[in-house]
Amino acid sequence: MLKSTFLKAVAATALTFSTWASAQAVDLQFYFPVAVGGKAADTIQELTAEYVAQNPDVNIDAVYAGSYQDTVAKAITASRGGNPPQLSVILSVDMYTLIDEDLIVPFDDYLTTEEDKKWLEGFYPAFMENSQTGGKTYGIPFQRSTPVLYWNKDAFKDAGLDPEVAPETWEEMVEFGKKLTKKDASGNATQWGVRIPSSGFPYWLFQGLAIANGAELVNAEGNKTNFDDPKVVEALQYLVDLSTKHEVMAPGIIEWGATPKAFFEGQTAMMWTSTGNLTNVRDNAPFDFGVAMLPAKVTRGAPTGGGNFYLFKGASDEQNKAAVEFVQWITAPEQSAKWTIATGYVAPRAETWETEEMKAYTADFAPALVARDQLEFAKAELSTYQNQRVTGLFNDALAAVITGQKDAETALKEAQAQADEILAEYR
Amino acid sequence: MQTLRLKRDWIYGWLLLLPALVFLFAFTHIPAVTTLLNSFFSTPRGRRPAKFIGLENYERMLNDAVFWKVLWNNLWFAIGTIPVSVALAIVMALWVNDKLAGRSFVRMAYFTPTVLPLIAVANIWLFFYTPGFGLFDQITGFLFGWPASNYLGNPETALNAIIVVTVWKEAGFFMIFYLAALQAIPISLKEAAQIEGAGRWTIFWRITFPLLMPTTLFVCVNAVINSFRLVDHIFILTDGGPDNASALLLFYIYEVAFRFWETAYGATLTVALLVLLSLLAIGQFFFFDRKVHYK
Amino acid sequence: MTRASDMFDRFLNTFAAWALALLWILPLAYAVWTAIHPSAYEANFDLFAPLTTENFVKAWQAAPFHRYFLNTFILVTMILAGQFLLCTLAAFAFARFEFPGRNVLFALVLLQLLVMPDILMVENYQTMRLLNLVDTIPAIALPYIASGFGIFLLRQTFMTIPKELDEAARIEGASVLGVLWKVYIPLAKPTYLAYGLVSVSHHWNNFLWPLIVTNSVETRPVTVGLSVFSAIDSGIEWSVINAATLMTSGPLLIAFLLFQRQFVQSFMRAGIK
Repeated sequence: MLKSTFLKAVAATALTFSTWASAQAVDLQFYFPVAVGGKAADTIQELTAEYVAQNPDVNIDAVYAGSYQDTVAKAITASRGGNPPQLSVILSVDMYTLIDEDLIVPFDDYLTTEEDKKWLEGFYPAFMENSQTGGKTYGIPFQRSTPVLYWNKDAFKDAGLDPEVAPETWEEMVEFGKKLTKKDASGNATQWGVRIPSSGFPYWLFQGLAIANGAELVNAEGNKTNFDDPKVVEALQYLVDLSTKHEVMAPGIIEWGATPKAFFEGQTAMMWTSTGNLTNVRDNAPFDFGVAMLPAKVTRGAPTGGGNFYLFKGASDEQNKAAVEFVQWITAPEQSAKWTIATGYVAPRAETWETEEMKAYTADFAPALVARDQLEFAKAELSTYQNQRVTGLFNDALAAVITGQKDAETALKEAQAQADEILAEYR
Repeated sequence: MQTLRLKRDWIYGWLLLLPALVFLFAFTHIPAVTTLLNSFFSTPRGRRPAKFIGLENYERMLNDAVFWKVLWNNLWFAIGTIPVSVALAIVMALWVNDKLAGRSFVRMAYFTPTVLPLIAVANIWLFFYTPGFGLFDQITGFLFGWPASNYLGNPETALNAIIVVTVWKEAGFFMIFYLAALQAIPISLKEAAQIEGAGRWTIFWRITFPLLMPTTLFVCVNAVINSFRLVDHIFILTDGGPDNASALLLFYIYEVAFRFWETAYGATLTVALLVLLSLLAIGQFFFFDRKVHYK
Repeated sequence: MTRASDMFDRFLNTFAAWALALLWILPLAYAVWTAIHPSAYEANFDLFAPLTTENFVKAWQAAPFHRYFLNTFILVTMILAGQFLLCTLAAFAFARFEFPGRNVLFALVLLQLLVMPDILMVENYQTMRLLNLVDTIPAIALPYIASGFGIFLLRQTFMTIPKELDEAARIEGASVLGVLWKVYIPLAKPTYLAYGLVSVSHHWNNFLWPLIVTNSVETRPVTVGLSVFSAIDSGIEWSVINAATLMTSGPLLIAFLLFQRQFVQSFMRAGIK
């Protein structure tokens, strides 16, 4: 008797609470990183505020969590502490890590209608490559980039090259580079032909070479790398040859962060770097510059980069639904155009490029289109289970070869063997 | 009465110590022990809890080429930073203690690195070391016509470049201790020696240097600890590269534990660092105890 | 020794001392140079380059430095207060009380001089997670509060204080804490000042542990804020970063410039030698 009264009371309370909860707005916590200067953080905050104003039934707490590294660390600790965000932008390459840590849920359960499925197909396939695995979609592309080649038109003119034409192939890049490399009386280079930075995360730009040579560094399951593929060895040899054999690039490890400055200072006539630098170069280059796709070997090729939206475990169905709706809104053409113009990130959906704003933007600043056009040839950024460790091994191998401590084949064989050891348990 | 007083002293002593000990144990002694325990387990992941794996982590460490490399680097880093920064600190203190024209500017210049955060000045040094348009290359190019040098991007020079920044950072801090010690040396000693016709050099080696011995030991202890602790600038300058040529043990521990999220292996590496430190501690404690009377 | 050679000797020493001083101040000089000139002059040293304050404005707007300052201020205050309290009590115990386990405990305290909290970051991070303190300012401060160095230093100072003073105060009826407060602490002022300065400059500049344990604007100290700010995907803008560097270390630099003499003297009087 007493027990049933008690149960009734519990049920009544639970009922009251659930009706009360559904009358309340859905609360979402959303972590985002910022990896480029400028107004990126402000733009996200503004867009979020706009969405909340339009949708009073949702409340979004957008938290600027710092760098990508900070954001993933924060998300992991918050989840382990039982307080995960519902939504976060994290590097697309962290997908396997997040799956391995059992922290995220796929979007598929919330994209059930035909319309939703069509929406998913609206993203450039190159961006979806490291957003999906095992037939499920874990990431929605948002702040994505790709590397391109920047060239100094004045330097091209001085070297007797057509200032409007960038090298199309690897051979041309060497040929142009030789003309562009200037040396002083004592034989010291005052201007190099090209600069492919190799500090910090050399694998990314190196992928621009590996993909162009037809190599795939990792399988779609993220558990088997192909570091010692002869095509990869050949690509690495080409990179080293640029400095040692052809002498068109400075030897040793080349600092990523100093690269735009070296370009502005005329230390190099061409540079490879992210589209994230477009605004920086436009504002600071004291000369006319051009932007082109990375040169081709057997094909054009480039990696993608940047961050995706992820849905975190532990949220209620309602929260997940609200989060997905928010993601659909913020990647819609109008918002996406705003975001791209403010930051220089590549808009991940074709329809965005058709908006009036984007048309006006690209008419004024044609280089922004190069990145989009390159997406046709782009492939996933290197990403595996235990991603940091595996890419770390690969980076070390690249550095050892670039600095002449090992030859390409040996270093890549060793890296492959070590990667195999780590990834064996995921097969 | 005597025993009562003693008993009361006991209680006061313990009570006064208690708060400090709680924190010391919570963040130094207990973690040191749990580090050891965790090194016998595997790293827990979302889908797999930690399990006892015995000495597997240690086996991995002994076979880890990167571990040996960073250990070796750390040794070289210690040899490169400690004697140079201590010697420079003595010279600086001697100069600044002298009646030198513009002494306060000179003293300030020596000391500024101490108040600047290493993480911030690393960006400045990054510019100095940048090949081509970096400050060092501009100077060496202008004066001697040298070609561009890639100090940070070359495995042979990267660690040395880090050492230079560390010496720059540390010498001025150590100088302060020497300065305090020098001013405590009675001037009469020096005068007496001068009357006997001793030169500057003799005075330094026979009188000043021996009297600075306690300071030197104190500073050396600090310098040794710092050689295992100062890694901030590596984050900006090289990130441990190229191919771990400039990574130190603590930096590697950070990388393993907080980039690769392998906390168990991170704990194992920490044990190695603790063993190393305790060996140094034992050595130094006896040395310290015999030579310096801190009663 | 002749007068001429003496003069020459003096000149050489002055010259060398100045040369080294200029070398030592170079990074700061460069930071000032880039911070007050447009970015085009980062690598071009033209005396007539135009001056600008734009870099400071840009840096201030690009990141929430005001918040980082507040965090650092709270952090160093918290650490200093905690250190003073805990270290004073512990040092007093070691200096003036006989109790069993004193030597062992003192050895355990000295151990912390070698095994600094930074070294145990992996475990301390787990502890903070258990305490649910990750990403809070106390999490940055707690491991440093019981400082072995502070206890050692204060113990040395307290031991130099004549016992007679202590006994006189007790006869007048002062309690144990009263003696500590009225006799020991006032006499150890230079030590507190010297230790305080070292502690503040150390924690103002500390980076690794705060980097690990914080990940939001509300908790990040200036050093971590600065590294987040400079670690962006696009190129390094030295002019803006150096403006930020000057801003973040400005308070400490100015304090040091103003109190240079006191700083050195407090070290001497504290008997750190």
